Amino acid sequence: MSGTENKGTSRRAVLRGGLAAGAGLAVAGAARAEGTPDPLITEVQDWASSFGDPVDATPYGMPIRFESQVVRRNVEWLTESPVSSINFTPIHALEGTITPQGCAFERHHSGAIELSKPDYRLMIDGLVETPLVFTYEDLTRFPRETRTAFCECAANGGMEWGGAQLEGCQFTQGMIHNMEYVGVPLRLLLEEAGVKPEGKWVYAEGADASSNGRSMPLEKAMDDVLVAFYANGEALRKEHGYPVRLVVPGFEGNMWVKWLRRIGVYDQAVESREETSKYTDLMPDGRARKWTWVMDAKSVITSPSPQAPIYHGKGPLVITGLAWSGHGKVTRVDVSLDGGKNWQEAELTGEAQSKALTRFRLNIDWDGSELLLQSRAVDETGYVQPTKDALRAIRGTNSVYHNNGIQTWWVHENGEVENVEVA
Amino acid sequence: APAFAEKLGLGRPALPAEIAAWDVAVLPDGTGLPEGSGDVATGDEVFAEKCATCHGDFAEGIDNWPVLAGGEGSLKDRRPVKTIGSYWPHLSTVWDYIHRSMPFGAAQTVTPDEAYAITAFLLYSNGIVEDDFVLSKENFTSITMPNADGFYPDDRAESEYATFSGEACMTDCAAEVKVTKRAVTLNVTPTDPDGRPAGTLPNPDPV
Repeated sequence: MSGTENKGTSRRAVLRGGLAAGAGLAVAGAARAEGTPDPLITEVQDWASSFGDPVDATPYGMPIRFESQVVRRNVEWLTESPVSSINFTPIHALEGTITPQGCAFERHHSGAIELSKPDYRLMIDGLVETPLVFTYEDLTRFPRETRTAFCECAANGGMEWGGAQLEGCQFTQGMIHNMEYVGVPLRLLLEEAGVKPEGKWVYAEGADASSNGRSMPLEKAMDDVLVAFYANGEALRKEHGYPVRLVVPGFEGNMWVKWLRRIGVYDQAVESREETSKYTDLMPDGRARKWTWVMDAKSVITSPSPQAPIYHGKGPLVITGLAWSGHGKVTRVDVSLDGGKNWQEAELTGEAQSKALTRFRLNIDWDGSELLLQSRAVDETGYVQPTKDALRAIRGTNSVYHNNGIQTWWVHENGEVENVEVA
Repeated sequence: APAFAEKLGLGRPALPAEIAAWDVAVLPDGTGLPEGSGDVATGDEVFAEKCATCHGDFAEGIDNWPVLAGGEGSLKDRRPVKTIGSYWPHLSTVWDYIHRSMPFGAAQTVTPDEAYAITAFLLYSNGIVEDDFVLSKENFTSITMPNADGFYPDDRAESEYATFSGEACMTDCAAEVKVTKRAVTLNVTPTDPDGRPAGTLPNPDPV
């Protein structure tokens, strides 16, 4: 009754210009202002007269049904099994920087396991003075730290190395979430065990069948890595590692080991499956980079985007998006309306946090003409987000991971938006 | 913070049996390998029983399941085939990953001897050893994988960061911009019933 259902208009019809034609909307808007009074105002609506839900209806709430499109999505053909697979955060529909946990992406290698706090154990062994076992309760007694950080899958955008493939930033940039974590610095746990001088590498593995073991240098482990048990105010979700995961700020998501069960200290890297066969980046000469841990500066315009077309016609238009860098703070985001010929600086909202998602916005007056929208992030090291072509000139098209190239959206006159590449 | 310089006395010492149960990692130099051995023929049998339904009788892969053998010399191809033989640098990873995480859905059911045998069979499938080869803890590190030298540590700091840093062009940066690729031509994105990309936001103010 109040326009909450999706119209059954085909994409073809939309592309012909039927639904969101700017001129038609301008007329409609004027009619509403000057003509027939709006019955949503002049007639008493049911919700303004009778009761809504009581406070005991929903002990733990879900989004209102009208937001049912704001959910994780998966793409079946990307992987051979749904338990070693990926789904995507609906970043096209979100604002600000904090990702609601319930729609924050998942990536498992043997499914999301159920591990209770009483069953939980964390072992620290290897080159330490005293190998230790902690219960969950032990961990809650260590001093805590809070840190907001993005977790971006190394493969985010990997399907786009060869060209424009998937339609929507949920699919092309949505292997990411950003949460406020509370946990124990890994440094404190390692100090409790006492790392021996010959201990140079830390190997973390999970309690699940895949284990997902990864090696990291001791310096990173002693710097800003958290053994986290709260995210966005509450316990981790099952699918995000309940009850304990590793938070590795700025590093590729694969290293954020979930259901963390063991930290081994070694004198060398383990060179596990997830850092040899996978998460190594093939280069044009047939050799491959390994240990590409940091996620470089990146951004995407989340609206308008293919899943967030412009329905409202010409006039004021909010361009909004996300920027982030594994090297530190985002200091600037530029936006282009013409495919990179000309750029203007967007506004960063809130205080940019290091290695965390940052929201940017640019308000424009859209004249209804075609746009080629791009965003370009700059971080505090001076690194400027490259184009896909600039990356491919160095890396070729088979590196699978670490695609932080500039995204282009082709905005049509009817408000529809396409994923394209330009040259 | 002086208050935290002292240990807190939390946790308790791990027992040797607990460490042995959970620390089963094998490093490239062979650290972590248990006693045991297995030959190609035994590996073939175990593989047929526990692995071949997904990975094929010859480790060649079935349907879209991972290919474990083949692809030699393809790493510079337009579509490289990255397998144990063509890509993996260390044999330790093969043994470790199989022993800990395979078979898919029934992990940690492979004994050390079976892991040696399967690893021997995979070396044979990749043309690295003869069919009478016996792999053991003792000769394990004598095997050099074909792509052992195929990797180098992240060099982006040297090869990319200088190129991508500095003043960014703000005006008149390109003479002409043309659309060269369109995702709609592939049409491989999940869709809503109306044909739009799945999850497209509804018009909040339909006419």
